[in-house]
Amino acid sequence: MIFGKVVGTVVASSRNDGLEGPRYLLVERTSQCGEKKGEFVVALDIIGAGYDELVLVTEGSPSRETPLTVNKPVDALIVGIVDQVDENDRVIYRK
Amino acid sequence: MVLAKVVGTVVSSHKSQKIEGIKFLLLEKIDPVTMNGKGDFVVSMDSVGAGVGEIVFYVSGSSARYTSATEGRPSDSAIIAIVDYIEKDGVYTYEKNR
Repeated sequence: MIFGKVVGTVVASSRNDGLEGPRYLLVERTSQCGEKKGEFVVALDIIGAGYDELVLVTEGSPSRETPLTVNKPVDALIVGIVDQVDENDRVIYRK
Repeated sequence: MVLAKVVGTVVSSHKSQKIEGIKFLLLEKIDPVTMNGKGDFVVSMDSVGAGVGEIVFYVSGSSARYTSATEGRPSDSAIIAIVDYIEKDGVYTYEKNR
């Protein structure tokens, strides 16, 4: 998984994703301490991630391994909202 | 999924039989903040009827075969949405027909 911050939303009415009212969020890739990297991905959100939250994004075919996304054309999925990250016994990110 | 602009079409008459009857579009990845092209191009199968100039997002890899238009085809890139708005930090960085 990669770290990313929710920085916005992407709205698309004409779609062929087989999903009912999907929530596509604009996620900016970050370091493990939440530092923004200037690279963006559109990720499907099925857990209700909010603006500016640090999230975990699964990329590629594993994105299809949830009941809502099975056999759906998805390759970036928010799978978790990060509360805390520690590295070498030091907390480097806290929500 | 990756945001891109439809910048052209790709025609291939001599091709694999399994690629008959589907449109290839030339996409340029874009930076959603500036909306500028990043000079990084991909050919993607169109499953939504996107037109040149439109902003779309596409899926890559095996997920590209999970649309009605690309099912069972040797496709690793499929456009699944035509974008209406991109909002970042409360501001629209892109609005279709604007």
